[in-house]
Amino acid sequence: MKVLVPVKRVIDYNVKPRVKMDGTGVDLANVKMSMNPFDEIAVEEAIRLREKGAATEIVAVSVGPQKAQETLRTALAMGADRAILVMTDDEVEPLAVAKILKAIADEEAPGLVILGKQAIDDDSNQTGQMLAALLGWGQGTFASKVEVTGDAVAVTREVDGGLETVSLKLPAIVTTDLRLNEPRYASLPNIMKAKSKPLLQKTPADYGVETTPRLKTLKVVEPAKRSAGIKVAGVDELVAKLKALGVAA
Amino acid sequence: MSVLVWVEHEAGAVKDATLSTVTAASQLGDVHLLVAGAGVGSVAEAAAKIAGVAKVVVLDDAAFEHALPENVAPAIVAMMADHDAFVAPATSNGKNIAPRVAALLDVMQISDILSVEGPDTFTRPIYAGNAIATVQSADSKKVITVRGTAFEKAAREGGSGVIEAATGSDAGLSSFVGAEIAKSERPELTSAKIIVSGGRALASAEQFHEVIDPLADKLGAGVGASRAAVDAGYAPNDYQVGQTGKIVAPEVYVAVGISGAIQHLAGMKDSKTIIAINKDEDAPIFQVADIGLVGDLFKIVPELTGKL
Ligand SMILES: Cc1cc2nc3c(=O)[nH]c(=O)nc-3n(C[C@H](O)[C@H](O)[C@H](O)COP(=O)(O)OP(=O)(O)OC[C@H]3O[C@@H](n4cnc5c(N)ncnc54)[C@H](O)[C@@H]3O)c2cc1C
Repeated sequence: MKVLVPVKRVIDYNVKPRVKMDGTGVDLANVKMSMNPFDEIAVEEAIRLREKGAATEIVAVSVGPQKAQETLRTALAMGADRAILVMTDDEVEPLAVAKILKAIADEEAPGLVILGKQAIDDDSNQTGQMLAALLGWGQGTFASKVEVTGDAVAVTREVDGGLETVSLKLPAIVTTDLRLNEPRYASLPNIMKAKSKPLLQKTPADYGVETTPRLKTLKVVEPAKRSAGIKVAGVDELVAKLKALGVAA
Repeated sequence: MSVLVWVEHEAGAVKDATLSTVTAASQLGDVHLLVAGAGVGSVAEAAAKIAGVAKVVVLDDAAFEHALPENVAPAIVAMMADHDAFVAPATSNGKNIAPRVAALLDVMQISDILSVEGPDTFTRPIYAGNAIATVQSADSKKVITVRGTAFEKAAREGGSGVIEAATGSDAGLSSFVGAEIAKSERPELTSAKIIVSGGRALASAEQFHEVIDPLADKLGAGVGASRAAVDAGYAPNDYQVGQTGKIVAPEVYVAVGISGAIQHLAGMKDSKTIIAINKDEDAPIFQVADIGLVGDLFKIVPELTGKL
């Protein structure tokens, strides 16, 4: 079974995003960029499925600028077999990404597509579900456990009240939550090896997908700031404050 | 404009997340509710009473019992012939179903809205809430998820919507296997007035319960946790507050041994009063806390619980 793993290049999760003065977006110039953390978990899960013998080949895909090559090389260094970069400098919305991924899935015929549940830049939480819709496949979102048996996959999902398990017919879509696994670091020899793994360059037009945004961003502003309050000296003062707030008798 | 709203319900009752979603939807047009499930007659009746509701559409069939998106989404798409917008709370069901509906309608979803600025214009948080974008949709139909803490709750009484039955089928792609749903006497996180959250500093599941629970009990509070505490197994996954967990905005949020990473702040910084207890006086949580107490939580919290 082939596994397709879409990965996105985003602001590193340790960087505090700064809104641009002109209100057009978030300043990404000279900011550290990395693979979206949920996508790292997706790559790791695909590799574990291969190690267990459930997957045979792992194809990483990224839709993004030329620099997204680095993100794909990271996926290859972790253990993906080959990569496809769908190159565009435009911002591509989840719906258009899903359409591109559908075209790739039609060509590659994977048994599973494993995606991150959300990207930490636009926080949309849409692409996997949209891809499942376009392909007419089942979806196991926010996964904390994935078990492939025969022609089905059991996905344990993190839901509001706890955990829920669904069984999906293969092929299917899985989106990862934080506790699915802990992604490995690529070793130096694997980083070297990744440089010679195949990386195919495409464009959205190659897949016949129009990426004009449906949502126009009118402005981007900083949220209302909270200012630091006071420090109390001890528990008695804290108790007094809680009483003043009316939360303690 | 008529708006179809996903009703989040559990054990025969309409959940609070539905009520804030109704408020958001009513700013767009006439509110019709969708109740999907098996044996949901009483839920539909309760839903029809929510203030401002014109109609309740009911999908009552075994295929909808567990809100599987493969079954629910096509049924919603069929209803969208007579609706201009589909609006769901940003709950795990809403987030699971809405994008599937959006893609089937060829619409770009607007996730997690904070406000309705006009019939096609909304604000939403991006970058873990470090930026707020105003976006305008060019799609003729809208698919939207709503951040519950950003809208007042509609009243549970006062409406008299007509109830209508709809049908749908099992797509045969997925099935429900089982669930481990935590049962708790405590208030649910997303609607609790007071929340006590514990972080990595609690150091074990035993200590988490020994230290956090009694304080929460004294305050009648819900219990939350940081990702680090959940990852380490000190608290279950449904406790996680943050960018990728639950978004909460209680009257009082008490952060115990939580450093205040941006991903955590994203889930709680709209709380009315934030209280932080941390032994590191430079912990970032103090930059957003209204009341801070520097010191060892293992001394402070039991003493605090005792004095309340
Ligand atoms: C993709 C992604 C998504 C994430 N999503 C979330 C999310 O939704 N929610 C979330 O919370 N995090 C999330 N995180 C993780 C986040 O970055 C932090 O790692 C996490 O919030 C840290 O948890 P913590 O504050 O409990 O632990 P730490 O950062 O380790 O802080 C522990 C704190 O306890 C204090 N302390 C230690 N001992 C004591 C003591 N005896 N008494 C008093 N204080 C003490 C320390 O001074 C420290 O400030 C996410 C990360 C990523 C990459």
